[in-house]
Amino acid sequence: MKLSYEQVKHIALLARLGLSEAEVEKFSTQLSNILENFEILQQIDTSNVPPATQVTLLHDVFKEDEISESYPQNEILANAPRQEENCFKVQVILE
Amino acid sequence: MDKLCELTLHQAHELLKQRQISSVELTKSVLTRIAEVESKVRACVTISEDTALKDAEEADKYISNGDITPLTGIPTLIKDLMCTKGIRTTCSSKMLENFIPPYDATVIQKLKAQKAVIVGKTNMDEFAMGSSNEHSAFFPTYNPWDVSRVPGGSSGGSVVAVATDEATYALGSDTGGSIRQPAGFCNVVGLKPTYGRVSRFGLVAFASSLDQIGPITKDVTDAALVLNTIAGHDPRDSTSVPCPVPDYTLQLVPELKGLKIGIPREYFVEGMQNEVRKAVELAIKSLEKLGAEVDWEASLPHTKYALAAYYILAPSEASANLARYDGVKYGFSEQNASNVIEAVEKTRQFGFGPEVKRRIMLGTYALSAGYYDAYYLKAQKVRTLIKQEFDQAFENYDALVTPTSPTVAFKLGEKLEDPMQMYLSDVCTLPINIAGVPAISIPAGFAQDLPIGMQIIGKPFNEETILRIAFAYEQTTDWHKRKPKI
Repeated sequence: MKLSYEQVKHIALLARLGLSEAEVEKFSTQLSNILENFEILQQIDTSNVPPATQVTLLHDVFKEDEISESYPQNEILANAPRQEENCFKVQVILE
Repeated sequence: MDKLCELTLHQAHELLKQRQISSVELTKSVLTRIAEVESKVRACVTISEDTALKDAEEADKYISNGDITPLTGIPTLIKDLMCTKGIRTTCSSKMLENFIPPYDATVIQKLKAQKAVIVGKTNMDEFAMGSSNEHSAFFPTYNPWDVSRVPGGSSGGSVVAVATDEATYALGSDTGGSIRQPAGFCNVVGLKPTYGRVSRFGLVAFASSLDQIGPITKDVTDAALVLNTIAGHDPRDSTSVPCPVPDYTLQLVPELKGLKIGIPREYFVEGMQNEVRKAVELAIKSLEKLGAEVDWEASLPHTKYALAAYYILAPSEASANLARYDGVKYGFSEQNASNVIEAVEKTRQFGFGPEVKRRIMLGTYALSAGYYDAYYLKAQKVRTLIKQEFDQAFENYDALVTPTSPTVAFKLGEKLEDPMQMYLSDVCTLPINIAGVPAISIPAGFAQDLPIGMQIIGKPFNEETILRIAFAYEQTTDWHKRKPKI
């Protein structure tokens, strides 16, 4: 399975990942090579096998809805690249 | 007495308890050692000398009041993806280069409750993605046994720190071998506990169904002591399992009578170095002499599918987990863009390194419409088969023993441009994460002065047995006492 230039661009868009032209070229080759190695999985018949999302035997873990102390606003905002009036600041979304 | 930094955790604890040494002396010795070797090995991202000495003074006060537990006053280094309140936590990524967590990970809280001395944070492959520490965005870490070689990864910094006495013990994390593979490459003990044994709260997520925190130590007793502290249920991690934590030191006895050990032949893979095979076979013969019943013909036939399944599952989970890095709430942010989408794309383009990008791409592809069934769902089904195969094996055996890696440490740069070759270096360790079972790597010999690791795999939530086997073997050898000349 060879990934085309356009496919790599499309995946990058889905991942919101900017890539240079050189990276697109490189990933096209490298990802194709990696995917080729995954073909081995098609050898196994898994038609009656359920998928495993995790391996603990835990299901539906609940906890009491208790009020507890949260983090102070200033501490949470301390790592924000940009902030204004105690909010995270982002670029304009709607013109 | 030898230099204090050379002590094991249990030795240091005894001396602290008897007041023959102080935590400040021990911590200063470690800091001196860091000053000596750090420029050669580059194991650390952040050294917090001031807070470490303050913590040591405080620990000494507790000890003088007779208040001492096994980790009290003992200096440790932490892989830089566990959140430490007030100390930056970078994941060795430009994305988090200046991130200072507002809270402690649960494991850090547990160390602090014992008055452990946190000296700093260790270097790693960016976001724990890698097997050589060369994917750190800051600098590579060097193997102290031969600085032209990699220490393994992704917990390479933590492992090198313990191997060179920069810390008495360290914490790492293991998603596909990231504790065990470097431990094997650098001649220290590395334990990946059962998935769910140790809380992941405050561990920066890579692949949430595979990640697990574990100890990196100078001997097996130390691994048991650290696990005693960090194991246990945590309401803040819903995947941590509420089952009791035993005292892991209680079963450390120097014989193996009554234990059945399987040697899965699929782990002695093609391309394995002959010296590695021989050393591990010799070590297994020692286990027989210690009283274990060994079956050399055990088999886990789905092993050959594990690598492909892993490199679909882990990147898929990673691509979802790393979606949070958008340059808005914390971390690197590139705003020289014409709109909000482009700002996110540029933030991620300049904030992430090549391996992280590669895995995000791989995972996004495996999860995307049209490919989900063929890749992600298929890999999840194979995961079921691999898990079942381990369950069946453990009906017959108390533990399985394999090499930790097919080779000794490789050269810097050797696999950097060939991701598939790099991924293959985890071929013996990643099936264990897929199954979620515990495994430990211990020193088992040398090939031309380069360490060889042996991996002991156990039943879920039965770390006692693999620690017992590791301990019994350790009593018969001096491998773990050999130190790199650096």
